[in-house]
Amino acid sequence: MVNKRYLARRFLLMVVSLFTVATILFFLFRMVPGGPMSAIMSPRMTEAARQRVIENFGLNEPLWRQYLLYMWQLLHLNLGESFYYGQTVKGLIVDRFYNTMVLMLTAFLISYTIGIYLGAQLGWIRGTPKERAAMIVVLLMRSTPVFWTGMIVLYLFAFELNMFPLGGMRGVGAEYSSVSGKFLSVDFLYHLVLPVFTLTTFYTGLPLLLMRNNLLEVLSEDYIDTARAKGLTNRRILFRHAARNAVLPVVTAFAIAIGFAVGGQVLIETVFSWPGLGREMVKASLRSDYPVAQGAFLLLSTIVISMNFLADLAYTYLDPRVRLGGT
Amino acid sequence: MSGETSSPVQRGEGQPSQGWRRFVENLRNSVQEQAKIFVQSRMAVAGLAIIVFYVIVALVSPYIVPYGPEERIYTAAGEWAKLQPPSLAHPLGTTESAYDVLSQLLLGARIAMFVGLLGAFMVAIIGTTVGLVAGYYGGWIDEIVMRVVDILYGLPFIPFVIVLVTVLGASVWNIILGIALLYWLSTARVIRSEVLSLRERPYVEAAEAAGASDFRIMGVHILPNVIPLAALYAAIAVGYSIVAQASIAFLGFGDPTVPSWGVMLQRAFVTQSFGTAWWWVFPPGLSITLVVTGAYLVGRGYEEVVNPQLQEK
Repeated sequence: MVNKRYLARRFLLMVVSLFTVATILFFLFRMVPGGPMSAIMSPRMTEAARQRVIENFGLNEPLWRQYLLYMWQLLHLNLGESFYYGQTVKGLIVDRFYNTMVLMLTAFLISYTIGIYLGAQLGWIRGTPKERAAMIVVLLMRSTPVFWTGMIVLYLFAFELNMFPLGGMRGVGAEYSSVSGKFLSVDFLYHLVLPVFTLTTFYTGLPLLLMRNNLLEVLSEDYIDTARAKGLTNRRILFRHAARNAVLPVVTAFAIAIGFAVGGQVLIETVFSWPGLGREMVKASLRSDYPVAQGAFLLLSTIVISMNFLADLAYTYLDPRVRLGGT
Repeated sequence: MSGETSSPVQRGEGQPSQGWRRFVENLRNSVQEQAKIFVQSRMAVAGLAIIVFYVIVALVSPYIVPYGPEERIYTAAGEWAKLQPPSLAHPLGTTESAYDVLSQLLLGARIAMFVGLLGAFMVAIIGTTVGLVAGYYGGWIDEIVMRVVDILYGLPFIPFVIVLVTVLGASVWNIILGIALLYWLSTARVIRSEVLSLRERPYVEAAEAAGASDFRIMGVHILPNVIPLAALYAAIAVGYSIVAQASIAFLGFGDPTVPSWGVMLQRAFVTQSFGTAWWWVFPPGLSITLVVTGAYLVGRGYEEVVNPQLQEK
């Protein structure tokens, strides 16, 4: 059942993708006006730090040597040092990575639960005026730029009603002894509510539409007629018989949807001052802190590429009807 | 040209004028057929109406705006008329810099529609060309092209445009460049699979047997049949492109000298005025939502008619 050749090919593609993205990034950042050095010339940096960066990047070497050095360091997960923070890029972006993932995955899980449930309901009442109205609402929600929704949500719940904080991830003075303490504290959850709510309004659309369309397909199957003939209740037919079979493609789309959503995290993190990867990348780009911008981009890209890989694997493993890549 | 259609067409394989005429003829048939289906969908027509409305706004706005985009409004006392709520003189109020919101909104339609339509055009052209070539030639060309598509899928869009803009400078053109580089991928995939099936049709085989060149078969026989599909994807890309431009501008990588909806929202956000000045925040956001919904409606309404499965069940 598991196709080893396909698996190997798909894995190779992932490696080539990562390599290509890293290469594109290298050459893009060398095209910065004045070179990546221009930011280092700022008086913020000490002479020793300046020398260290020049050495780290091999900036006095020819371009191809620089490229080899860059790739070599990348293989050792050495992403250099931030011009701005003075700490290693790796440590910095790993911390931001957790923040991004916690926010995104929470929003995704909630969106998928709601989306699958509502999608099944909408599929059941297909063709009614109620369903048409609901579809228009879904369409509007998917068309609304997420950063604008965030601003409106902040306007209503933070400015007008004063119910939730304006942004950030924790209150002033909050300290945690461990990672689990950090992400499970009431203070953190309190800060999580508005960004998750905003993201949910946007993310719910995709699983909802997928679920609805799959359900329409399943409802035309014979076993649904059988279930009806047996006199089962509508609720039982919908959730026990139809929805169960319609849900698989929605679940496999989860990974690919995360891959697509990663880039958009930049926006929500900016609106809610969430200390995530995307916001770090924006800040780093605005202040010409290229090692951080580059590292954050590479990590975002890695998430996308591995999610696409997982999605492809999920398709082949979970759906026996999919046969890819030869015998 | 039109006078010639009544007279018998002069035959001659490879004569460019004839190839051109066949192309137009095939395209016209294909478009007419699709247009008939299209107008049956109320959703699609409503969506088209929204887009056309904003295009008209974009075209006439420089002549009808009451104030310049960066024309300072003063109060009677001679001070800046900052953050004035809506009034008769300023139906949508003023911004933190004492600019007229309505004027900025109307002028913002220009850049939005420009990016939306040009972005969509690029997506359609690049996606169609790549899909057509990959699908028609197949073999190693197809393999290489599709692997390139797979690899490009690994670049997250907004971060990539941020890098582009950081490196090449903040300008609308660089955002369009980003759209042109990354948004054609799905279009190319869809067009390719459509071409794969068209390629096996009897009339393509007949043209091949008659000795038509690859270029001619692709251009005259296959292309007219995929153009409606490309148009569908272009319609959806209008929405994507507008959101992309607004997002980049919102993050502070837009050209601040050009009035746009994204820059308006960015100013409202950075100055924290969005907590009070709802009249400044709602209009640009609602405009973006409306245009994008319009683009989706065009796409979905059309799809629903083309694919009766979606409609009946």
